Amino acid sequence: MIICYYEGGAYGFVAPFFVIFLVFGLFPILYTFWVSLHDRSMLSTHSGDMVGFRNYTDLMKDAYFWNAARNTLWLMLMCTVPQLVLALVLAHVLNARLRGRTLFRMGVLLPNVTSIVAVTLVFGQLFSFRYGLFNWALDSVGLHRINWQAGDWTSKLAISSMVIWRWTGYNALIYLAAMQAIPKEQFEAAAIDGAGTWRQLWHVTLPALRPTIAFTGLVSIIGQVQLFTEPLLFETTPGSVTGGTDRQFQTLALFMYEEGFHLYHFGYASAVAWLMFLLTVLLAVVAYLITRGGSLIGGTRTPGRPRRRPQPRRRPQPRRRRPAGRRAPAATSAPAATSKSVPTSAAVAASAEPAGGPAGGIQGGAR
Amino acid sequence: MSLTTQRPAGSAPAPDETPAPQPRGPRRRRTADPNAERPGFSRYPFLIIVLLVAVLPVYWTFMIPSQTNADVAKVPPPFGPGGHLLENIRRVFDTVAFGKALANSFIVATSITLCTLLFCSLAGFAFAKLRFRGRGALLLIVIGTMMVPVQLGVIPLYIEMQKFGWTNHLISVIVPTAVTAFGVVFMRQYAEQAIPDELLEAGRMDGCSTLGLYWHVVLPGLRPALAVLGLLTFMQAWNDFMWPLIALSPQNPTVQVALNTLAAGYYRDNTLVLAGTAIGTLPVIVVFAVFGRQIIGGIMEGAVKG
Repeated sequence: MIICYYEGGAYGFVAPFFVIFLVFGLFPILYTFWVSLHDRSMLSTHSGDMVGFRNYTDLMKDAYFWNAARNTLWLMLMCTVPQLVLALVLAHVLNARLRGRTLFRMGVLLPNVTSIVAVTLVFGQLFSFRYGLFNWALDSVGLHRINWQAGDWTSKLAISSMVIWRWTGYNALIYLAAMQAIPKEQFEAAAIDGAGTWRQLWHVTLPALRPTIAFTGLVSIIGQVQLFTEPLLFETTPGSVTGGTDRQFQTLALFMYEEGFHLYHFGYASAVAWLMFLLTVLLAVVAYLITRGGSLIGGTRTPGRPRRRPQPRRRPQPRRRRPAGRRAPAATSAPAATSKSVPTSAAVAASAEPAGGPAGGIQGGAR
Repeated sequence: MSLTTQRPAGSAPAPDETPAPQPRGPRRRRTADPNAERPGFSRYPFLIIVLLVAVLPVYWTFMIPSQTNADVAKVPPPFGPGGHLLENIRRVFDTVAFGKALANSFIVATSITLCTLLFCSLAGFAFAKLRFRGRGALLLIVIGTMMVPVQLGVIPLYIEMQKFGWTNHLISVIVPTAVTAFGVVFMRQYAEQAIPDELLEAGRMDGCSTLGLYWHVVLPGLRPALAVLGLLTFMQAWNDFMWPLIALSPQNPTVQVALNTLAAGYYRDNTLVLAGTAIGTLPVIVVFAVFGRQIIGGIMEGAVKG
């Protein structure tokens, strides 16, 4: 049980997080909106004249903005979907008593520890028109060299390959962890019914992993809205921040950077940032609704159930219940980006619980 | 736990969590753990291809700078290492302030890591073991902020830093990420199960203040989690790019910012750029090679517990 009643001290303990988050996290995001209502410039400390929503109406007429938005959404699709599918397959293959398991796990995580800058620079070399490995490979099988940077789709393909390369292994490990939390009885039952390993993946693993998939998908989407380093450094023209000569791979984040820190239009760039924030929230809500709807269609579980129950005791140590009563209302009242993570964190832990309730109990007894 | 008697119950989740390989014969391996499916031989070629794809660009990062630009331009490009690595590395230090960049990155990453460990363990301990008004609500706020894309606030953040007079000082890069919601949640989860209440009670009996309990009981108990969080934080801080690019000047860069300067030359001199990249990547690769198992454990634990 909780043993200390020293309230003042406790506030002191949590204060650093809240102070830093308020000053350097929350306040800047809210203040972005205020700045976006002004024609503020980076070059002066004056906060600029209030212009109302003119920055937004200008944005709506700005072809470069729409181009960046389109690129961002395409890249989001091209990065997220293959990455998560590949990660699932990889996790499924890794989920076995393999020889050299640690080696394989470290191998798949290796891309994730290198910096995005490093990834982009080395992929830039690999995709280089004259000296790149990929074009050499195309050449040697008799195909034409591709000018990856110049093309609309080839540049997006190259950029999404960097993102996929860096994140697939990380997501695979997360799926692997969730897969190992599924009670074995479910696999046994499926095996007795004659399901092979890939059918088990489809009918047992995927339904149990739904909260985890939703979570990783959401994290990936939020990350892609802010895609910045890859398009900035994939550009080989010195000092250019336009994302290709025709802006063929300029993302919203790069557009914001160009407007804010190259053209010094702080107000205009803030409007872009604020719209990106709204886009993030919107996508989070959509992802949340899809997973809720998905679990309703799935049928075997009700969407709220994993959240309201305490976690299954998968470990010998007794763990305290989470404040379950406080979680449920927050899921409906807090902002979307907030509410998403709340059910997920609990649901990931409880992912194996609903369908295999009794089985989990047996297992707990057996240990 | 015994693996001898029963198939399903004996090998509950634990075997996959303990990385220590238990000696088993191949026959046994097939039936021992139904969840971990039988490894068909087709898995290995697939995994080896994945491994090659994962390793190739990293290998390229170190191979290209060992060549001259003329070698790289040859028509079958070189695949093995050449002998020009030191020469290219010297060119990196001649071109940009790379020594300063390395020092700055060490200062930044170490400071961020130490602050994160201190603040996150304090807050995690408070949320796990102390009772205070508004605890549940505050914890919800912490969890909620894990998802907020704070990078979108860079413009006001920059204005703030101008007001504080911190622009182009390392402190402007250190302070905003000195504590993370993820770290607080991670620490809370670990403290909750790893610190027995009896121990805290005993410490209280002996007259420890709450801060004393934190120092003498909680911190030692949290050591494994601190190690994982420290490693993840260090690598993240080392690799951070967008905000340092905005906040710092090319004369006072971190490694990633210096790499950006290198890459923005009049034509992209790939042996030069990748030589810098190789030096900048080496520290995280070393950390990963030494502590990879703990890092993987941390990521997988974090995934299951949220």
